[in-house]
Amino acid sequence: MANEAIQEQGRGGWLRFALPLGIFAALVILLGVGLTLNPREVPSPLIDKPAPLFELPQLHQPDQTFSPQQMLGKVWMLNVWASWCVSCREEHPVLVALSKSGVVPIYGLDYKDQRKEGMAWLSRFGNPYQLSAFDADGRVGIDYGVYGVPETYVIDKRGVIRYKHIGILTREVVRDKIVPLVQELNRDV
Amino acid sequence: MFKVIVALALALSAQMLPAKEAPLAADNPELEKRVMSVSEELRCLVCQNQTIADSHADLAVDLRNEIREKIRQGASNQDIIDYMVARYGDFVLYRPPLKATTVLLWFGPIVLMLAGLAWLVLRLRQRGTVAVPPPLTDEERKRAATLLAGREGGAQ
Repeated sequence: MANEAIQEQGRGGWLRFALPLGIFAALVILLGVGLTLNPREVPSPLIDKPAPLFELPQLHQPDQTFSPQQMLGKVWMLNVWASWCVSCREEHPVLVALSKSGVVPIYGLDYKDQRKEGMAWLSRFGNPYQLSAFDADGRVGIDYGVYGVPETYVIDKRGVIRYKHIGILTREVVRDKIVPLVQELNRDV
Repeated sequence: MFKVIVALALALSAQMLPAKEAPLAADNPELEKRVMSVSEELRCLVCQNQTIADSHADLAVDLRNEIREKIRQGASNQDIIDYMVARYGDFVLYRPPLKATTVLLWFGPIVLMLAGLAWLVLRLRQRGTVAVPPPLTDEERKRAATLLAGREGGAQ
Protein backbone atom coordinates (compact mmCIF):
# COMPACT_ATOMS: atom_id res chain seq x y z
CA MET A 1 0.00 0.00 0.00
CA ALA A 2 2.85 2.34 0.81
CA ASN A 3 4.38 1.51 -2.55
CA GLU A 4 1.20 2.40 -4.36
CA ALA A 5 1.02 5.69 -2.55
CA ILE A 6 4.56 6.52 -3.60
CA GLN A 7 3.81 5.57 -7.16
CA GLU A 8 0.68 7.67 -7.10
CA GLN A 9 2.63 10.60 -5.79
CA GLY A 10 5.32 10.00 -8.40
CA ARG A 11 2.80 10.22 -11.21
CA GLY A 12 1.14 13.25 -9.69
CA GLY A 13 4.57 14.85 -9.35
CA TRP A 14 5.33 14.30 -13.01
CA LEU A 15 2.04 15.89 -14.03
CA ARG A 16 2.60 18.68 -11.59
CA PHE A 17 5.62 19.75 -13.63
CA ALA A 18 4.43 18.76 -17.08
CA LEU A 19 1.15 20.65 -16.93
CA PRO A 20 2.49 24.12 -16.14
CA LEU A 21 5.40 23.49 -18.47
CA GLY A 22 2.97 22.60 -21.25
CA ILE A 23 0.87 25.69 -20.58
CA PHE A 24 4.02 27.79 -20.50
CA ALA A 25 5.23 26.35 -23.81
CA ALA A 26 1.84 27.01 -25.42
CA LEU A 27 1.93 30.61 -24.18
CA VAL A 28 5.47 31.09 -25.48
CA ILE A 29 4.39 29.85 -28.92
CA LEU A 30 1.29 32.04 -28.90
CA LEU A 31 3.14 35.16 -27.83
CA GLY A 32 6.04 34.34 -30.14
CA VAL A 33 3.71 34.24 -33.13
CA GLY A 34 2.14 37.46 -31.89
CA LEU A 35 5.54 39.12 -31.91
CA THR A 36 6.12 38.30 -35.57
CA LEU A 37 2.84 39.92 -36.61
CA ASN A 38 2.89 43.60 -37.42
CA PRO A 39 0.03 45.35 -35.65
CA ARG A 40 0.30 48.23 -38.11
CA GLU A 41 -0.73 45.99 -40.96
CA VAL A 42 -4.45 46.32 -40.63
CA PRO A 43 -6.30 44.49 -43.41
CA SER A 44 -7.84 47.07 -45.70
CA PRO A 45 -11.56 46.87 -46.47
CA LEU A 46 -10.82 48.58 -49.77
CA ILE A 47 -9.37 45.50 -51.43
CA ASP A 48 -11.58 44.48 -54.36
CA LYS A 49 -13.54 47.73 -54.06
CA PRO A 50 -13.48 50.53 -56.63
CA ALA A 51 -10.69 53.00 -55.95
CA PRO A 52 -12.26 56.11 -54.42
CA LEU A 53 -12.62 58.87 -56.98
CA PHE A 54 -10.91 62.20 -56.58
CA GLU A 55 -9.66 65.05 -58.61
CA LEU A 56 -6.54 66.77 -57.36
CA PRO A 57 -4.08 69.29 -58.78
CA GLN A 58 -0.82 67.81 -59.94
CA LEU A 59 2.31 68.45 -57.96
CA HIS A 60 4.38 69.84 -60.80
CA GLN A 61 1.55 71.46 -62.76
CA PRO A 62 -0.93 72.91 -60.29
CA ASP A 63 -3.21 74.04 -63.09
CA GLN A 64 -3.71 70.47 -64.26
CA THR A 65 -5.56 67.83 -62.33
CA PHE A 66 -5.28 64.11 -61.93
CA SER A 67 -8.15 61.71 -61.39
CA PRO A 68 -8.10 57.90 -61.20
CA GLN A 69 -10.74 57.94 -63.93
CA GLN A 70 -8.05 58.91 -66.40
CA MET A 71 -6.45 55.55 -65.67
CA LEU A 72 -9.39 53.31 -66.57
CA GLY A 73 -8.24 50.56 -68.92
CA LYS A 74 -4.76 50.46 -67.43
CA VAL A 75 -3.20 48.58 -64.56
CA TRP A 76 -1.43 51.13 -62.41
CA MET A 77 0.08 51.72 -59.04
CA LEU A 78 -0.71 54.52 -56.64
CA ASN A 79 2.01 55.27 -54.11
CA VAL A 80 1.31 57.60 -51.19
CA TRP A 81 4.39 59.56 -50.22
CA ALA A 82 5.55 62.81 -48.65
CA SER A 83 8.80 64.70 -48.38
CA TRP A 84 8.52 64.64 -44.58
CA CYS A 85 8.18 60.87 -44.52
CA VAL A 86 11.41 59.16 -43.53
CA SER A 87 10.34 55.66 -44.55
CA CYS A 88 9.48 56.97 -48.02
CA ARG A 89 13.13 57.73 -48.56
CA GLU A 90 13.94 54.14 -47.69
CA GLU A 91 11.54 52.67 -50.23
CA HIS A 92 12.33 55.26 -52.88
CA PRO A 93 15.13 53.36 -54.68
CA VAL A 94 12.77 50.37 -55.01
CA LEU A 95 10.17 52.60 -56.68
CA VAL A 96 12.75 54.15 -58.98
CA ALA A 97 13.93 50.68 -60.04
CA LEU A 98 10.35 49.49 -60.61
CA SER A 99 9.60 52.59 -62.63
CA LYS A 100 12.68 52.03 -64.82
CA SER A 101 11.65 48.42 -65.43
CA GLY A 102 8.43 49.73 -67.01
CA VAL A 103 6.35 46.93 -65.51
CA VAL A 104 3.68 49.25 -64.20
CA PRO A 105 3.10 53.00 -64.35
CA ILE A 106 3.46 54.53 -60.90
CA TYR A 107 1.44 57.54 -59.87
CA GLY A 108 2.19 59.40 -56.67
CA LEU A 109 -0.09 60.92 -54.07
CA ASP A 110 1.90 63.59 -52.28
CA TYR A 111 0.21 63.44 -48.90
CA LYS A 112 -0.04 66.51 -46.64
CA ASP A 113 3.08 68.03 -48.05
CA GLN A 114 4.39 71.43 -49.07
CA ARG A 115 4.51 71.78 -52.83
CA LYS A 116 8.03 73.20 -52.89
CA GLU A 117 9.42 70.56 -50.57
CA GLY A 118 7.74 67.75 -52.45
CA MET A 119 9.20 68.88 -55.74
CA ALA A 120 12.66 69.40 -54.22
CA TRP A 121 12.52 65.94 -52.71
CA LEU A 122 11.75 64.36 -56.08
CA SER A 123 14.48 66.22 -57.91
CA ARG A 124 16.93 65.19 -55.23
CA PHE A 125 16.09 61.49 -55.00
CA GLY A 126 14.71 60.87 -58.49
CA ASN A 127 11.13 60.86 -59.69
CA PRO A 128 9.65 57.41 -60.29
CA TYR A 129 6.15 58.82 -60.85
CA GLN A 130 4.38 59.53 -64.12
CA LEU A 131 2.98 62.37 -62.08
CA SER A 132 2.05 63.07 -58.49
CA ALA A 133 -1.31 64.31 -57.30
CA PHE A 134 -1.03 66.90 -54.58
CA ASP A 135 -3.19 66.11 -51.53
CA ALA A 136 -2.46 69.14 -49.36
CA ASP A 137 -5.04 68.54 -46.63
CA GLY A 138 -4.98 64.74 -46.71
CA ARG A 139 -8.67 64.37 -47.55
CA VAL A 140 -8.03 61.98 -50.41
CA GLY A 141 -5.70 60.08 -48.09
CA ILE A 142 -8.61 59.56 -45.69
CA ASP A 143 -10.74 58.26 -48.57
CA TYR A 144 -8.04 55.71 -49.31
CA GLY A 145 -7.77 54.70 -45.66
CA VAL A 146 -4.23 56.03 -45.41
CA TYR A 147 -2.96 56.15 -41.85
CA GLY A 148 0.76 55.94 -42.31
CA VAL A 149 2.88 56.92 -45.26
CA PRO A 150 4.09 55.18 -47.38
CA GLU A 151 1.20 53.11 -48.64
CA THR A 152 0.89 51.53 -52.06
CA TYR A 153 -2.13 50.39 -54.07
CA VAL A 154 -2.33 48.30 -57.22
CA ILE A 155 -5.42 49.22 -59.24
CA ASP A 156 -6.73 47.17 -62.15
CA LYS A 157 -8.14 48.16 -65.53
CA ARG A 158 -11.64 48.57 -64.16
CA GLY A 159 -10.42 50.88 -61.43
CA VAL A 160 -10.68 48.31 -58.65
CA ILE A 161 -8.08 48.18 -55.88
CA ARG A 162 -6.49 44.75 -56.01
CA TYR A 163 -3.65 45.06 -53.56
CA LYS A 164 -2.55 47.34 -50.78
CA HIS A 165 0.81 47.45 -49.13
CA ILE A 166 1.23 49.38 -45.90
CA GLY A 167 4.68 50.63 -45.06
CA ILE A 168 7.99 50.41 -46.84
CA LEU A 169 7.90 48.66 -50.19
CA THR A 170 10.76 46.17 -50.38
CA ARG A 171 12.37 44.51 -53.37
CA GLU A 172 10.87 41.22 -52.16
CA VAL A 173 7.32 42.58 -52.08
CA VAL A 174 7.76 44.05 -55.56
CA ARG A 175 9.25 40.84 -56.93
CA ASP A 176 6.92 38.35 -55.23
CA LYS A 177 3.63 40.23 -55.04
CA ILE A 178 3.39 43.30 -57.21
CA VAL A 179 5.07 42.21 -60.45
CA PRO A 180 3.21 38.85 -60.68
CA LEU A 181 -0.09 40.57 -59.82
CA VAL A 182 0.41 43.29 -62.43
CA GLN A 183 1.26 40.68 -65.06
CA GLU A 184 -1.83 38.69 -64.17
CA LEU A 185 -4.04 41.79 -64.25
CA ASN A 186 -2.61 42.85 -67.58
CA ARG A 187 -3.71 39.53 -69.08
CA ASP A 188 -7.33 40.22 -68.07
CA VAL A 189 -9.25 42.08 -70.68
CA MET B 1 16.73 91.59 -26.19
CA PHE B 2 17.40 88.35 -28.08
CA LYS B 3 15.93 86.37 -25.19
CA VAL B 4 12.79 88.44 -25.27
CA ILE B 5 12.37 87.80 -28.98
CA VAL B 6 12.88 84.07 -28.54
CA ALA B 7 10.40 83.99 -25.68
CA LEU B 8 7.88 85.91 -27.77
CA ALA B 9 8.37 83.63 -30.74
CA LEU B 10 7.92 80.57 -28.54
CA ALA B 11 4.79 81.97 -26.94
CA LEU B 12 3.37 82.77 -30.35
CA SER B 13 4.20 79.41 -31.86
CA ALA B 14 2.71 77.63 -28.85
CA GLN B 15 -0.48 79.54 -29.47
CA MET B 16 -0.44 78.79 -33.14
CA LEU B 17 -0.11 75.02 -32.84
CA PRO B 18 -3.66 74.20 -31.75
CA ALA B 19 -4.98 76.60 -34.36
CA LYS B 20 -4.62 73.78 -36.86
CA GLU B 21 -7.81 72.29 -35.56
CA ALA B 22 -10.74 74.52 -36.33
CA PRO B 23 -11.40 76.63 -33.22
CA LEU B 24 -15.01 75.69 -32.78
CA ALA B 25 -15.27 74.39 -29.27
CA ALA B 26 -16.49 77.77 -28.09
CA ASP B 27 -19.08 78.64 -30.69
CA ASN B 28 -20.84 75.32 -30.90
CA PRO B 29 -20.54 73.15 -27.80
CA GLU B 30 -23.39 70.93 -28.99
CA LEU B 31 -21.49 70.06 -32.17
CA GLU B 32 -18.25 69.50 -30.28
CA LYS B 33 -20.02 67.16 -27.91
CA ARG B 34 -21.20 65.04 -30.81
CA VAL B 35 -17.77 65.12 -32.45
CA MET B 36 -16.31 63.83 -29.20
CA SER B 37 -18.94 61.15 -28.69
CA VAL B 38 -18.34 59.78 -32.20
CA SER B 39 -14.56 60.09 -31.81
CA GLU B 40 -14.69 57.99 -28.68
CA GLU B 41 -16.05 55.09 -30.70
CA LEU B 42 -13.17 55.14 -33.15
CA ARG B 43 -9.66 53.84 -32.79
CA CYS B 44 -6.73 55.95 -33.87
CA LEU B 45 -4.77 53.82 -36.31
CA VAL B 46 -1.48 55.53 -35.59
CA CYS B 47 -1.52 55.05 -31.82
CA GLN B 48 -3.67 51.99 -31.75
CA ASN B 49 -4.57 51.96 -28.09
CA GLN B 50 -6.12 55.40 -28.14
CA THR B 51 -9.41 56.61 -29.49
CA ILE B 52 -9.52 59.41 -32.01
CA ALA B 53 -10.88 61.56 -29.21
CA ASP B 54 -7.81 60.94 -27.01
CA SER B 55 -5.11 60.98 -29.62
CA HIS B 56 -3.06 63.95 -30.67
CA ALA B 57 -1.70 62.24 -33.77
CA ASP B 58 -2.09 64.23 -36.98
CA LEU B 59 -4.40 61.62 -38.42
CA ALA B 60 -6.67 61.76 -35.38
CA VAL B 61 -6.92 65.55 -35.73
CA ASP B 62 -7.76 65.16 -39.43
CA LEU B 63 -10.38 62.54 -38.68
CA ARG B 64 -11.96 64.69 -35.99
CA ASN B 65 -12.17 67.49 -38.53
CA GLU B 66 -13.71 65.05 -41.00
CA ILE B 67 -16.28 64.00 -38.39
CA ARG B 68 -17.09 67.63 -37.64
CA GLU B 69 -17.59 68.30 -41.34
CA LYS B 70 -19.85 65.28 -41.71
CA ILE B 71 -21.98 66.29 -38.76
CA ARG B 72 -22.35 69.76 -40.25
CA GLN B 73 -23.56 68.13 -43.45
CA GLY B 74 -26.21 66.39 -41.41
CA ALA B 75 -24.76 62.88 -41.16
CA SER B 76 -25.92 60.67 -38.31
CA ASN B 77 -23.44 59.11 -35.90
CA GLN B 78 -23.97 55.74 -37.56
CA ASP B 79 -23.33 57.26 -41.02
CA ILE B 80 -19.98 58.54 -39.81
CA ILE B 81 -19.01 55.27 -38.21
CA ASP B 82 -19.96 53.40 -41.40
CA TYR B 83 -17.89 55.87 -43.39
CA MET B 84 -14.84 55.16 -41.24
CA VAL B 85 -15.34 51.40 -41.33
CA ALA B 86 -15.57 51.50 -45.14
CA ARG B 87 -12.11 53.08 -45.23
CA TYR B 88 -10.25 51.65 -42.27
CA GLY B 89 -12.09 48.40 -41.60
CA ASP B 90 -13.60 46.98 -38.41
CA PHE B 91 -10.31 47.63 -36.69
CA VAL B 92 -11.24 51.28 -36.42
CA LEU B 93 -14.11 50.44 -34.09
CA TYR B 94 -13.20 50.62 -30.44
CA ARG B 95 -15.98 48.16 -29.72
CA PRO B 96 -15.51 45.41 -32.31
CA PRO B 97 -18.67 43.94 -33.82
CA LEU B 98 -19.67 40.35 -33.10
CA LYS B 99 -18.73 38.36 -36.21
CA ALA B 100 -17.39 34.93 -37.10
CA THR B 101 -13.88 36.36 -37.08
CA THR B 102 -14.27 38.02 -33.69
CA VAL B 103 -15.97 35.20 -31.78
CA LEU B 104 -12.71 34.24 -30.11
CA LEU B 105 -12.08 37.84 -29.14
CA TRP B 106 -15.49 38.18 -27.55
CA PHE B 107 -15.88 34.82 -25.87
CA GLY B 108 -12.29 33.65 -25.44
CA PRO B 109 -11.83 35.27 -22.02
CA ILE B 110 -15.16 33.96 -20.71
CA VAL B 111 -14.40 30.46 -21.98
CA LEU B 112 -10.98 30.58 -20.34
CA MET B 113 -12.48 31.74 -17.06
CA LEU B 114 -15.16 29.03 -17.11
CA ALA B 115 -12.54 26.41 -17.90
CA GLY B 116 -10.45 27.64 -14.98
CA LEU B 117 -13.43 27.59 -12.64
CA ALA B 118 -14.43 24.10 -13.76
CA TRP B 119 -10.92 22.89 -13.14
CA LEU B 120 -10.88 24.50 -9.71
CA VAL B 121 -14.22 22.93 -8.74
CA LEU B 122 -13.05 19.53 -9.93
CA ARG B 123 -9.86 19.81 -7.95
CA LEU B 124 -11.63 20.91 -4.80
CA ARG B 125 -14.11 18.05 -5.07
CA GLN B 126 -11.32 15.57 -5.56
CA ARG B 127 -9.51 16.93 -2.57
CA GLY B 128 -12.74 16.70 -0.54
CA THR B 129 -13.17 13.00 -1.21
CA VAL B 130 -9.54 12.25 -0.48
CA ALA B 131 -9.67 14.15 2.78
CA VAL B 132 -12.57 12.11 4.23
CA PRO B 133 -10.92 9.28 6.16
CA PRO B 134 -12.28 5.73 5.78
CA PRO B 135 -14.69 4.75 8.58
CA LEU B 136 -13.12 3.03 11.56
CA THR B 137 -13.40 -0.70 11.92
CA ASP B 138 -14.89 -2.10 15.11
CA GLU B 139 -11.46 -2.99 16.38
CA GLU B 140 -10.13 0.49 15.81
CA ARG B 141 -13.16 1.94 17.53
CA LYS B 142 -12.50 -0.17 20.60
CA ARG B 143 -8.87 0.84 20.66
CA ALA B 144 -9.78 4.45 20.36
CA ALA B 145 -12.25 4.12 23.18
CA THR B 146 -9.70 2.52 25.51
CA LEU B 147 -7.09 5.10 24.56
CA LEU B 148 -9.48 7.94 25.23
CA ALA B 149 -10.61 6.35 28.48
CA GLY B 150 -6.99 5.85 29.53
CA ARG B 151 -6.12 9.44 28.82
CA GLU B 152 -9.13 10.64 30.68
CA GLY B 153 -8.16 8.42 33.57
CA GLY B 154 -4.58 9.70 33.47
CA ALA B 155 -5.69 13.27 33.47
CA GLN B 156 -7.67 12.90 36.65
